Amino acid sequence: MLEIILFSLLNGILYGLLLFMLSSGLTLIFSMMGVLNFAHASFYMLGAYFAYTLGMHTGFWAALILAPILVGVVGSLVERFGLRRVHVNGHVAELLFTFGLAYVIDELVQLTWGTVAVPYREPDYLREPLFTLFGTDYSIFRGVVILISILMFVALWYLLKKTRVGMMIRAALTHGAMVGHLGHNVPRLFMLVFGFGCALAGLAGVIGGPLLATEPGMAATLGPIVFVVVVVGGMGSLPGAFYASLLIGLLQTFFVAIDASVADILGIFGLQIDPYGEVARITLANLAPMTPFILLVLMLIFRPRGLMGELEP
Amino acid sequence: MSDDMTATMIRSNQRFALRGLVPWLVFAAVLLILPFIFTDGFSFTLMNAIGINIVFALSYNMLLGQGGMLSFGHAVFFGLGSYAAMHAMIAIDDASYAGEGFWAHVPVVAMPLIGMIGGGLVALVLGWPFCRRAGTAFAMITLGLGEMIAAAGQMFPSVFGGEAGIYGNRMVGPQWFGLELAQAADVYWFIAFWTFAGVLAMWAFTRTPLGRLSNAVRDNADRLQFIGYQPRNIRFLVFIASGSFGGLAGGMAAVNYEIITPESLGLIPSGLALLMAAVGGLGVFYGPIVGAVLVTLMNSLLSDYSDASILYVGLIFLSIVMFAPRGLGGGIEHVRTAYREGILARRLPGWIGGAAAVLLIALGLIIVIEMMFAGHGGGDTVNVFGIQFQAGGATGWLAGVVALVVGVLVMRATRKNREVNA
Repeated sequence: MLEIILFSLLNGILYGLLLFMLSSGLTLIFSMMGVLNFAHASFYMLGAYFAYTLGMHTGFWAALILAPILVGVVGSLVERFGLRRVHVNGHVAELLFTFGLAYVIDELVQLTWGTVAVPYREPDYLREPLFTLFGTDYSIFRGVVILISILMFVALWYLLKKTRVGMMIRAALTHGAMVGHLGHNVPRLFMLVFGFGCALAGLAGVIGGPLLATEPGMAATLGPIVFVVVVVGGMGSLPGAFYASLLIGLLQTFFVAIDASVADILGIFGLQIDPYGEVARITLANLAPMTPFILLVLMLIFRPRGLMGELEP
Repeated sequence: MSDDMTATMIRSNQRFALRGLVPWLVFAAVLLILPFIFTDGFSFTLMNAIGINIVFALSYNMLLGQGGMLSFGHAVFFGLGSYAAMHAMIAIDDASYAGEGFWAHVPVVAMPLIGMIGGGLVALVLGWPFCRRAGTAFAMITLGLGEMIAAAGQMFPSVFGGEAGIYGNRMVGPQWFGLELAQAADVYWFIAFWTFAGVLAMWAFTRTPLGRLSNAVRDNADRLQFIGYQPRNIRFLVFIASGSFGGLAGGMAAVNYEIITPESLGLIPSGLALLMAAVGGLGVFYGPIVGAVLVTLMNSLLSDYSDASILYVGLIFLSIVMFAPRGLGGGIEHVRTAYREGILARRLPGWIGGAAAVLLIALGLIIVIEMMFAGHGGGDTVNVFGIQFQAGGATGWLAGVVALVVGVLVMRATRKNREVNA
């Protein structure tokens, strides 16, 4: 039991950190430009595939740096030549644009790398156990991923709170027009933030690819969950996105790990029902893929502004 | 004097009403003539799919185009309506074996109504909490709803049939109008009837006070509230109406395909509805019809010619969102307005130039894309509209780039023409 709890805790935090890496970029883009980037998870997928192809030539560590930069450049170009043009037609048009973009990127990925998963793996020496608990290994790679995530968060925090660019970004979040009047190039700032957010998604792809699987469906599996994180955390709130990421990461991991059915759980409360009935047979593991969406619907009904959001979306 | 005027007004009103009838007569005539032009089985399959998608896309546009609510979960209503119709069809099958009971007297041709009731009920039960806000929040919550229902579909096999879905038989129960529903050709008349009825009903909806209010809630919800209408109530009612018609399309699909899987509840069919509506044009009533015809044709015909067929659909969608936000229907309306104002001749050269440029750019893009992915399909020639290129050869790339550059140049050259006349 302790083993399950401990490993679920570790894996849940790992998954949550990965989610935050995605949702932080999405939140940043949303709070600045009001665009909920539907293609965000597609940039995550691009990160994984770029790292796979680059890694064959340069090795894992160089790809870890290069792939996110490449994704960031692609993102900036998309903002400069696509999104900026659509911006005048309002938020729905922007959402439609990013939806179409996700469609096109998914299709391009399938045409380029094929419809089955590619063998993108971490280097062998990272697969050695970092430590062994209760006879189960915890690989170095997972430790490295946690380390990279924490480093990224510190860097993000430093960038936003301590640098001049961060100050401009924070100012533009609330008073975009004023920052423009002061002579800063706000459209370029938008482009940079969009590219930076995409680069974060790309980084998540580089480390998420070996952890989960690098296949054309990876954007569609993670994309909706990242939206849930952003809405549950409160639209535009970075700390909110952080807590929501961890919450959903832990929830999903624990639900997968606990192999109890509805009948078992009702049994704890002294309710005896037929354990082979259709509802009674559903296990928590079956429910795991649904938990983020149940959380989303409950959140929007009872607390529409999310965990830490200031405004209703 | 006033009598005279009233008489003239009545007469002009009558003429107006007659003119309003023309599109419907044309629509009905097209539906009647089509099966005599395209007589092979494949065409019937395709036309049936188009009919279903027309109703689906129009019902989606009730939300997005008319109510301003961007939904990523519209397939929930389509799918659940389809499930309702399928279960009813199975009930008819069982009841007609026994030869008694309520279902023994229900004809299969009425299944779209069951789907409609099903879709409407689902919207009625689920909709209220979602209609508080339009915009991004509504988009997200419908996305979540769609994913949740699609996941739930895998969990209750007795209702949804698990991965394999559930299937039924449409040749059961009482026959109406001598429609046996055996061949795709029989089903065509069923689909044609319900397509016509659905389109007519949805057009009628836009004329009701509720339909007008849904436009108002799209354009300015705050002002509507000042006048004394609750935007949330109106969104909710529109949501129910749209869900009902989505269910109607689902019921048509249940009879046409005789199978329904939980996949049809998910994001992919929801996205298809959005795609069709946006390509055709959200602001024009018949826009989604144009979009449904085009997208369905592209989806099913292009895949024979190219591996990248879905990519082309996506690119068309993207370029419409970027360059022609009013869609194909908006373009048609543009031409019609110019014709009515008598300035069509003046504006036509610019438009033809623009259209030629778009075609050239599209041709260039197609050649480039086909050259790029030539290695995957096997074979070493690339065939674009009957012209053969060597895969990886310079001529193909050159042709593509030349077409692109010429297209952009034509676009530049004719831009002035379009602006001067605008």
